[in-house]
Amino acid sequence: MSDIPTDAAPAAASHAVKGRSLWDDARRRLMRNPAAVASLCVLAVLVFLAAFGPMLWVHPVDEIFRDRVGIPPTFDNWHILGTDTEGRDLMARTLFGLRISLLVGLAATLVALIIGVTWGAIAGFFGGAIDDLMMRIVDVLYAIPFIFFVIVLMTMIDTPDPFLKLMLIFVAIGAVEWLTMARIVRGQTIALRKKEFVEAARAAGASPLAIVFRHIVPNVLGPVVVFATLNIPVIILAESFLSFIGLGVQEPLTSLGRLISDGARQMINAPWMLFVPAVTMLLTLLALNFLGDGVRDALDPKER
Amino acid sequence: MPFWTDRRRLLAGAAGLGASASLGACANGRIIGFDKVNKTLDIANQGEPLSLDPHKATGTWENNIIGNMLLGLTTEDAHAEPIPGMAERWETSEDGLTWTFFLRSARWSDGEPCDAHDFEFALKRILNPETLSEYAAILYPIKNAEAVNKGELPPDEVGVTAIDDLTFEIRLEHPAPYLPQLLKHYTAYPIPKHIYERHGNDWVKPENIAVNGPYTLRRWWSNYIVHLEKNPGFYDAANVVLEHLYFYPGNDVNASARKVMSGESGWSTLFPLSQTAELRRALPGYVRIAPWLVCGYFSFNMTRPPFDDKRVRQALSMAYDREFVVEQILREGSDAAYKFVPPGIAGYPATARYSWADLPMEERKREAERLLRAAGYGPNNPLRFAFSHRNTSDNPRVAVVVQSDWTSIAPWVTVELRGTEVQVHYANLRAKNFDVGDGGWVADYNDAKNYLYLLETRTGDQNYPGYSNPEYDRLMRESDFEPDAERRAQLMFEAEQMMLEDAPICMSTFGSSRNLVHPDLTGYEDNIEDQHRARWFGIRS
Amino acid sequence: MLALAVRRLIVAIPTLLAIIAAAFVLMRAAPGGPFTKERQMPPEIERRLEAKYGLDLPVGEQLTRYLGGLMRGDFGPSMTYKDKTVIEIIAEGAPTSAILGLSAMALALLVGGGLGVAAALRQNHVQDYAVMAIAIAGVCLPPLVIGPILQLWLGVEWGILPSQGLHRDEIGLIYLIMPVITLSLPLIAVISRLMRASMIETLRSNAIRTARAKGLPEAQVIWRHALPIAVLPVVSYVGPALAGVMAGSFVIETVFQLPGIGKQFVLAAQQRDYTLVMGVVLIYSFLIILLNLAADMLYRALNPRAREA
Repeated sequence: MSDIPTDAAPAAASHAVKGRSLWDDARRRLMRNPAAVASLCVLAVLVFLAAFGPMLWVHPVDEIFRDRVGIPPTFDNWHILGTDTEGRDLMARTLFGLRISLLVGLAATLVALIIGVTWGAIAGFFGGAIDDLMMRIVDVLYAIPFIFFVIVLMTMIDTPDPFLKLMLIFVAIGAVEWLTMARIVRGQTIALRKKEFVEAARAAGASPLAIVFRHIVPNVLGPVVVFATLNIPVIILAESFLSFIGLGVQEPLTSLGRLISDGARQMINAPWMLFVPAVTMLLTLLALNFLGDGVRDALDPKER
Repeated sequence: MPFWTDRRRLLAGAAGLGASASLGACANGRIIGFDKVNKTLDIANQGEPLSLDPHKATGTWENNIIGNMLLGLTTEDAHAEPIPGMAERWETSEDGLTWTFFLRSARWSDGEPCDAHDFEFALKRILNPETLSEYAAILYPIKNAEAVNKGELPPDEVGVTAIDDLTFEIRLEHPAPYLPQLLKHYTAYPIPKHIYERHGNDWVKPENIAVNGPYTLRRWWSNYIVHLEKNPGFYDAANVVLEHLYFYPGNDVNASARKVMSGESGWSTLFPLSQTAELRRALPGYVRIAPWLVCGYFSFNMTRPPFDDKRVRQALSMAYDREFVVEQILREGSDAAYKFVPPGIAGYPATARYSWADLPMEERKREAERLLRAAGYGPNNPLRFAFSHRNTSDNPRVAVVVQSDWTSIAPWVTVELRGTEVQVHYANLRAKNFDVGDGGWVADYNDAKNYLYLLETRTGDQNYPGYSNPEYDRLMRESDFEPDAERRAQLMFEAEQMMLEDAPICMSTFGSSRNLVHPDLTGYEDNIEDQHRARWFGIRS
Repeated sequence: MLALAVRRLIVAIPTLLAIIAAAFVLMRAAPGGPFTKERQMPPEIERRLEAKYGLDLPVGEQLTRYLGGLMRGDFGPSMTYKDKTVIEIIAEGAPTSAILGLSAMALALLVGGGLGVAAALRQNHVQDYAVMAIAIAGVCLPPLVIGPILQLWLGVEWGILPSQGLHRDEIGLIYLIMPVITLSLPLIAVISRLMRASMIETLRSNAIRTARAKGLPEAQVIWRHALPIAVLPVVSYVGPALAGVMAGSFVIETVFQLPGIGKQFVLAAQQRDYTLVMGVVLIYSFLIILLNLAADMLYRALNPRAREA
């Protein structure tokens, strides 16, 4: 089941982060890292294109140009990246695919974060039997193949609404990715729960849940942010695998993964159909990875 | 052209130097897909066989293998026409209900005689409900076959008898002039009774099997290879040229095409249509596209609104631009379908046709809008429904056009696409949990009934639109009992034309078979059933 | 340490049971069944088929029956491949996936480990950035792009390697080159980054500073002192990752037409071959538990601090 590198961010920073000034320091360090700054700029452009590109571009995403099916890049009628095998403008499709892929990555990571952080923090904070039970559940889920989950989840909830279907992909993928997150956060929480400020809060009579969410969670955010940045590319790749087996985003919506797996089929006769989305994906993932590495280095106190 | 004049090869030389040097003499370990010296052929088949037992097989890719191992009473020539197989000749009674077959004296590959008793045993086994054959239903024209298969009669009641070792009698429920077509289907193959009695369902394993056809099973490695070897005991072995056949499951048609391009496969039973032009260029003489017994159609769910209204169904059928789909989406080899039964079906006048088929597209769209308005839809009562399609192969690509065509009838028509896995799709269709759903049909034998029965009321769940027209049922029933072939065809034609006007289904395309075949492989003939038995193959030197 | 291994294996039994139950129930919750097909069979036959495989029973009872079979070492018959049992099918697929996975992991450890160390030794220099760019690029293009491209160039255009992963009957090194490279690229990416990060941290540690202060040669410092510590995070990554690659990859097995269990699994899930899916899930879960344990053992053996704890 190695089609998805489910664990690309295993060593997300392992040091607790405290106080506001540290975040300022981190930001300053990040800005001094040229690779991270360049990635930030590239990402800003990509996010802008994903958000507004489909609206600004001359062709809508789903219009079929019946006399221009599968043409190579041309300035004629502004098909500057050509059209796909159904006669739709490839520039419009790529912009839209970028939007969906980023959305999938963000939303799935968000789902993973919410479940993972809550689960991990509660298990780590309470410890004992609760911790044992919760982590045993994580172990069980961990040992079930990723695609098994996704295939089952994708087919179980069958909805005519394509947008709902899309949200389902996010949830399905996020619902699997949270396991790693839970493990990281639990480790962090165990390290934190004996610290003075937690003891102080406890002495002041704060309820355990309040302590978890008000004091522990904000303090484990460092590694969480790193994990999130590095997790988005993993999810974008996972979605491309799902598209390859036909379970990804469905027509007329599209994603970079879907464009790539469609393009790979046309590799011989229409290389641009693979080249365009592949380069877009490469850029996006490179930028996200470099940014993730930069954030990790910036948050790591030992870097000083 | 010497290799240094070709820039690409030169680059290859540089990059590959390390690899080729260290691997040395093993000549890059390539398989020669069509080896004229050792007489072997590597075949990229469409998929992994689910079973090699003819009583349990269901797919054309299984047929491609099994049909080289076993032979029925009739068999097919290179053009897929029925010719005498194990039966040398046959006689039909006046009423067309009793057929007597006179068998040749032949042997199984283990030396035991293959005779009428094996046929009787095989037909009784496949129709026995305990065998769990998913395909036995196509033998229902045989007397009592349906009742036995449904468990209402004991298996011995099937209307087949071995009169003596070499005489075999089949009695029918109703006249079936297409019986020789039907009997070459794998469901009617004999199986070696003596081996089945020893090994039960494991008779088909390579270590047990005996065959009566040109090739025997040597090895079956799941999801990788099925190896067949020439059977010297086959009655026509003297004319079988190829010694070994290797079938690979080509789940990815693009990878299969690349295998043919690299010379590792001599025949691929499928290739991606979108690459026809490229493949013609890269592989001159390989590309074989031929009409096939396959059609694509969309079912309207007639059991609930809006598709219980004939006008809505008709409007959508009219507004769908089949010509664009076959010319630009599927490209070469498909035909726009304006009727259900594909052209080229044996003994059937292919003249049924939508009455509006010749109108120009613009006019059809206008008429469609008029029909929808007449049915009560409009800006204040928009038409909204989902088009369910399979997420495999070219189906999503066609769906995109369908959506675009239907929504362009009027701004108040909205179509949602709903692509699902094949299993989910058919589960929904059977449960009538859909609005419009796509589907495909490949005929099992070359006869119009094999299409038209789908829309009979008694067909049940598989009549996906839920079409029920007593007149249609009556015509079909009458055709079953009509001994005269021409009159029978006429009855079916009337039924088809009437059904087309009712529009329970929207016809889409007639497909084609797409093979990549080594040009030096002789005896491969394009045919409408896409049946190419290796016993006819030869080598052009 | 042996006692720990035994204890962990005993704990693994309820975990495996829970996995079986969860997968079993989830699989049956997906719509469609193994006998829902394009061409319908007569309802009578379908009813009998369901009875034969026990699909007409309540899910709980099906599960008990399945577990009973497992106790006897019986994974059941495949519901789609009519002539074979689940064990036969897995036995035909698992060796290929295992060889492929092990080779890819070995390659990834060599290349990824090397790249990671090389980058760490020149942190924030051109060499570092170059290595990291290569590593990240490896994970940025999915195998479904890399595989066909390799196949087209090395197999079709240049004709230097066979474009499929096996030769009729035997497994040979040359057939594995392309699939192994494709499979190892994402692994190389992860391992090189892990290695780099952990090497940088180790080189800053007091132990290494002391070693350097003692005037040991740099090569010895790195190979004898730093590497055994720096490799620890890689060890804990390799455990589950190895289970992942050994359980097969659908994309690689499909593109290179290899008979592995990754392909069998996805096809079986799509065809709702419940027993075959369960069989592969079990193998995967077992591998995960076993290799996680092995990784932990190795971790303890390499790390004196963990050993004491």
